Formats: sequence, C-alpha cells, structure tokens
Amino acid sequence: MEKIDEIIDGYVDEEGVLIQILLDIQHELNWIPKESIIEVSRRLQIPISQIYRVASFYTAMSLTPMGRHLVQVCLGTACHVRGAPKILNKVENTLKIKAGETTEDMMFTLRRVNCLGCCAMGPMIVVDKDYYGKMKTQDVGEILERYE
Amino acid sequence: MPKTNSPTELEDLRREILSKRDSNKPCIAICAGTGCLALGAQRVINAFKEEVKKQGLEANVDIRETGCPGFCEKGTVVVIYPKGVCYLQVQPEDSFEIISAIKERKIVERLLYTDPSTGEKVIYEHEIPFYKNQMRLLMGNNTKIDPKNIDDYIALGGYGAISKALSEMTPEQVLEEVKRSNLRGRGGGGFPAGRKWETTRNAPGEPKYVIVNCDEGDPGAFMDRALMEGNPHSVLEGLIIGAYAIGSHEGFIYARQEYPLAVENVNIAIKRAEEYGLLGNNILGSGFDFKIKVHRGAGAFVSGESSALMTAIEGKVGEPRPKYIHTSESGVWDKPSDLNNVETWANVPLIIDKGSDWFTSIGTEGSKGTKIFSLVGKVNNTGLVEVPMGTTLKEIIYDIGGGIPEGKKFKAVQTGGPSGGCIPEEYLDTPVDFDELAKLGSIMGSGGMIVMDEDTCMVDISRYFVDFLCDESCGKCVPCREGLKGVRKILNDIVAGRGKEGDIELLEEIGDVMSEASLCALGKTAANPILSTIRYFRDEYEAHIEEKRCPALVCKDLISYYIDPERCNACRLCLKNCPADAIDGEKKLIHIIDQSKCVKCGTCFDVCPPKFSAVKKISGEPVPPPIPEEKRVLVKDKKSKGGQK
Repeated sequence: MEKIDEIIDGYVDEEGVLIQILLDIQHELNWIPKESIIEVSRRLQIPISQIYRVASFYTAMSLTPMGRHLVQVCLGTACHVRGAPKILNKVENTLKIKAGETTEDMMFTLRRVNCLGCCAMGPMIVVDKDYYGKMKTQDVGEILERYE
Repeated sequence: MPKTNSPTELEDLRREILSKRDSNKPCIAICAGTGCLALGAQRVINAFKEEVKKQGLEANVDIRETGCPGFCEKGTVVVIYPKGVCYLQVQPEDSFEIISAIKERKIVERLLYTDPSTGEKVIYEHEIPFYKNQMRLLMGNNTKIDPKNIDDYIALGGYGAISKALSEMTPEQVLEEVKRSNLRGRGGGGFPAGRKWETTRNAPGEPKYVIVNCDEGDPGAFMDRALMEGNPHSVLEGLIIGAYAIGSHEGFIYARQEYPLAVENVNIAIKRAEEYGLLGNNILGSGFDFKIKVHRGAGAFVSGESSALMTAIEGKVGEPRPKYIHTSESGVWDKPSDLNNVETWANVPLIIDKGSDWFTSIGTEGSKGTKIFSLVGKVNNTGLVEVPMGTTLKEIIYDIGGGIPEGKKFKAVQTGGPSGGCIPEEYLDTPVDFDELAKLGSIMGSGGMIVMDEDTCMVDISRYFVDFLCDESCGKCVPCREGLKGVRKILNDIVAGRGKEGDIELLEEIGDVMSEASLCALGKTAANPILSTIRYFRDEYEAHIEEKRCPALVCKDLISYYIDPERCNACRLCLKNCPADAIDGEKKLIHIIDQSKCVKCGTCFDVCPPKFSAVKKISGEPVPPPIPEEKRVLVKDKKSKGGQK
C-alpha cells in the first residue's frame, strides 16, 4: 500500500491522471488488486465503479494476478499474413493455456496483441522485454524454455 | 546546460556544436530502433563499443545509436559516415572487421548490399535501390541523429524553424503559411491541418490545447513509432510552432504504451528542450510560453480516434462521441483542442523553414509533400518507405520493395489498416494519394501497406479485420457493435465450410448499414475490408461457399494435410513434432496422417525438409486413402540412399 501512495503522490495537483496511476500500479505490482483500487478511489475521490470501468476497458491493465512472464503474440496484419495464427496456436499448445489466460504455476500469462510495430520482423513474439522476430513454430518451445 | 535566450544565442550554440565536431571523423551509426533491437542490435552496439576501445580508437571514431533508417528487412543496419558506407545484417562478430576496415580506409565487401538481379555490390546508402527511389524528407535524418542527444538535431539546423517563426513571423503568418502548404492530416483523415488550426485558434475559450496523436493502432503500421523514436525533436518543434500559431500554451503527446522506446525518447527530448530554453517560459526570449505533457495510452485501438483520445487524456475511458461537436472547438475538458498525427507535426518545421511554395511543389494536385509507408507482409524489402505523394503502388512495391519473395504471385495490397481495403493487381499503376485510393474503395490511411501473395486467403483477411474490430469496438453504438458481431458470425461460417447462398449479399447489406449509421470512423469504415474483398475477390468467397474450397489453402476447416508416400523418407521429423499424435510411422516406414486426429496446425508441413516436401495441403478434394500396410516399408536403392546421407 505504501507503494500505491508513493505512486499517487507523484501526481499531486494534476488533472486526468487516473490512467497514468493505474498504469504505474500495473507496472509495479504486475496487476491491479482490489485494495489498490479502493486506495486510489479514496485518495482521488473517484468512485470505485468508475475506476473499475477504466481498468477493465484498457488491455494494458489486469484485474487478475499475472504470471511471472508475459508472453505477447503479435497478431497485426503483417504478422497475420506471415503465419502468426500458427505461432499463437503453437504457444497455446506448449503452455497448455489459451490467449488471455495464466498457467497454473503462475509462470506465464499469454496475450495476443494487435501490432507491436515490428511489422518487418513478423511473425513476432515478445516475452517480457525480449523481442523475437521471424518466428517459426519450431522455435517456440526452445524460446519459452529460457524463462523460469 | 546552455539555456538559449534568443534566436542569435541558438545560432551561436549551433556554431559552437559544429565547431567541436570534425565532419571528417568517422562515425558508426547503428540502428537502435525497436525493429533492429528485436534482431539483436543491442549486442551489435556493445560489440562495436568494446572493439573501438580494444583498438584504442575512442578519440578517432564516434559511435551513434540512431533511430530506424527504414530498411528493417536487412537489420541490423550500420552506416559509416561521413561517406555513408552502408552495411546490412550486421552481427556482433562483424565489429572487428568493420572497424579495421575504417582504420585502413577499406570496405567490407561481404556486408554490402547485393543487387539481386545483377549480383553487383552497392557501397553507399543513397545508391541502394531501396533508398534511391525514395524522397526521405522526414526519415532521412534518422541515421544522422542520436535521438537522445539534442545537439545532433541542432547541428543539422534543428529548431531553426521555431527560431524563424518566433522572431520573424506573427502567429497569423505561420498559420497562413501552413494553410497555403495544403498539408493534410497524415493520420488517415486527410483533413487540411491549417484549417483545423484556424478553427481552434478562433474558437472561444481558454486555455487551448495542442495534441500529438501517437496512438498508432493500425496493425501493420509503424511510421509514427519510427519518427517518435528516431527524431522526436522534429515532432516537438512542429508542435511548438503549431502552438504558437494557435495561441496554445499547453500540449499533450499521447503515445501508446506498446511503444516503450518512443515514450522514453520523447520524454528525454522534452527534458532537453526545456533545459535549452526551447520549451517552457519565454521560449528563445520571445515571450511565448509552452509546456508539454506525455500521456501514455493503455491499449485501446479506438482511443486513437480524436474525440476518444481526448477523453482518455482526461483520465476516462477512451470512447468516441458524436462528431457534431468538433474537438477543435470543444475537446479536452471542453476546451478548444487541436489534434494532429505525429507525421503531420513533423512536416511543420520543414514548411516553415523552406516555405509553402517548396512544399506544394512536391506531390499531386490534392495531396502535397511526402508520405511514409510501412511496406510489410509478403514483399522482399520490408521496412519504412518515404515517397512523394502520387508515386504508384507498383513503384513502391516493386522498385523500392523489390517485389514478392520466393517467386510467388502478387495478389493484393492492403492499405489503410482496418478502415482500408485490399487493392488487386490490375490497379497497381494507381498513384497513391488521399483521393486516388478512396476511389478504389480503400483509403491511404496512416500509411500501412501490407502486401499479400497467392498464399493469402482474402476471406480469411476479411475475417481477420472483423475479428480485430470486434475486439476493439467500444460497443457504444449499435450499428458497429451488433453489425460487427453479425458479419463475424457469417464470415466464421464461410471459412468453416458452413457458408450458404445469400451470405455475400447479406454481408454487403450489413456493411452498408454500418457505414451509414455508426457513431465514429471506426464503425463507419469497418466494412471497408469486407466490401473491398468482395468487390475484387468475389470468386474466393464463392469457392468457400459453393465448393467448400479455400483456393489459397489457408482456412483450417477447408483444408487437409496428407503425406505423399512417393516423397516420404520416413525421417520421423513430422511424427516427433506433431502435437496431436496424429502421425503414424517409424524408421523406414512411410508416415501416414490419421485424419480423424489431425488438428491441422500445419507443424508437419513446416518441419518436413524442403528437399522431401512430402507433406501436402489440399482443399476441396477428398484426401487420398492411406497406402496399404504392406507397401509402407521404405525401399530405396543403395545409391540414392547414399546420396541422401
């Protein structure tokens, strides 16, 4: 909770900061727990319902705990025509979860994203901050094994 | 930090920066844009730094980490100045050879561009066909600038336009100049920027806001990312000039959080500009005040729409609102707000610097200047391409893009993202500008250009965009929300082999309603990908519906995989990789796919070595029966077996 207050303190006297604060919380805790929403509501004097609406609208915010590693499979058009659906399929089969889900051991959260702007490298996956371009289905297993 | 208090002081500073630089000193410019970083550019940069140290050349050679030079296909791109020797696909281990070559004034032949048709090597960046056929007014400086170093931008004459505007021109004159240039919005709408500025300037209410839209959401487009990452000061300079003309003292940059490097670089750029007196109070001693805040988007395509973006800046859910209230008159917190796209802003300093006459000499009657396109998909030279408006699709895809890889046949080019359409081969001679592409049922949009070859199924592409838009529609208005759901169901049926007569007509009808009745541009244009593919590729829809056949062999439910017994070498690669255990076989026993178990993931097709190419894809015809048990033992004469090993 201290962290949350620290984040909010960084935005005193500024208007329209709700999204920025929620992004910072997401970044810090890797998800947005209920307690943090209550705290934000109390400090900013914004109704809880409104905060939930914002947090559930934007894809960058998660209202459930996320895995240690975030795997994003790009499904932008350029990646799509170069076979991204097959890559997603392979990642789903390897992790045994569907896009949007987290593995039981809380190791991986899998997401599909609509374009990361690395279109020339497609198909493309990003694990945490590591970008992997020109992906082939055969490479998926080996890449995921690097993360513990 | 040298704070500059007047245009003269800025000029002095520029001279001082230049005097400290030796224009003959070799400089190694390495791309550190997101694309090349994805290919391992950071390791290349580190290797070069170490190598320079090792050879004791710190004082003789500079290393510059730059933004994206555009030739992403051949990354990591390394350019050696002052001459502009261009090395492609550079790996960390090449650093020794390149640095030694610089020392000995030689050239590393093997890393140069090779012309695929003649086999000739090309030494200099500007002679490579990919670059030679472009006009890089906005992108050209990317390799000459370290985006984190404001001095690099100033050395090239940067912030000269703001200095000219503030000292020699009234806000009215700046506005007139931009109006005369007929600069149209690069985000896709194509609305004249000058007129938009004027509306905000004349609208009652204070404060007025100016906004950079860097919520580049169109899948397949990354022009704005490259500008924001590679040359953020050019965008800031444009924004400050716009603010001066409009009478605004506060600006926002809305950047999507999917672009972390762009956010980082623009934040650094703002800080530096403030330190140099180019942002903040009393800019260059002119009495003009202006500050900028960066707002990170949180991942919502619809928030790139101007009215939605403004509600997002207010910290609310980014949903659009009806268009009868113009944001230029009543935008952020109901104040007059002018919003332009990154590329539009980046054009402004050029117009002020060189004049509107110069700008209008480039381009077509209705569309002036250059446009950056992201040329991606099934094309040899993928990357960012900047050309004068009016360049034909063929010139872009073939002369610059180098045509279609692997000798495949061109099928269509998709322009304008989810609001655009697919243009077939017969229109390749069309000059690209705002008006011409609209006539073909597509739009130029923000500049995404996705090339598709014969292996792309147009029904699948249409479904792809509908899926995308279903995800991203905010759901506020009925035609968009329900219309998209309706067409998604029909398209899902068609690709699954459940299409029926009348489906195409129904798609067209729903499409028309969505175009007429949706609240914002997302819904109004959502039908374009469907309508344009029906218009040009109706036969593919009909094949799916009537013959249950996918001509491009893409739609999972309409294709089957089988192993050609004549070609199978029983190598067990497919068998080991099959996630469904659907392949039967062993060493020296020809493999067979059990069709009832096959999930059609295509893994076997991908892993089968090209020299065998035993796995086949078929559609619209029955799968040949598996060969009888007794014929499955692989018989090969010794000679051919020896050859294989």
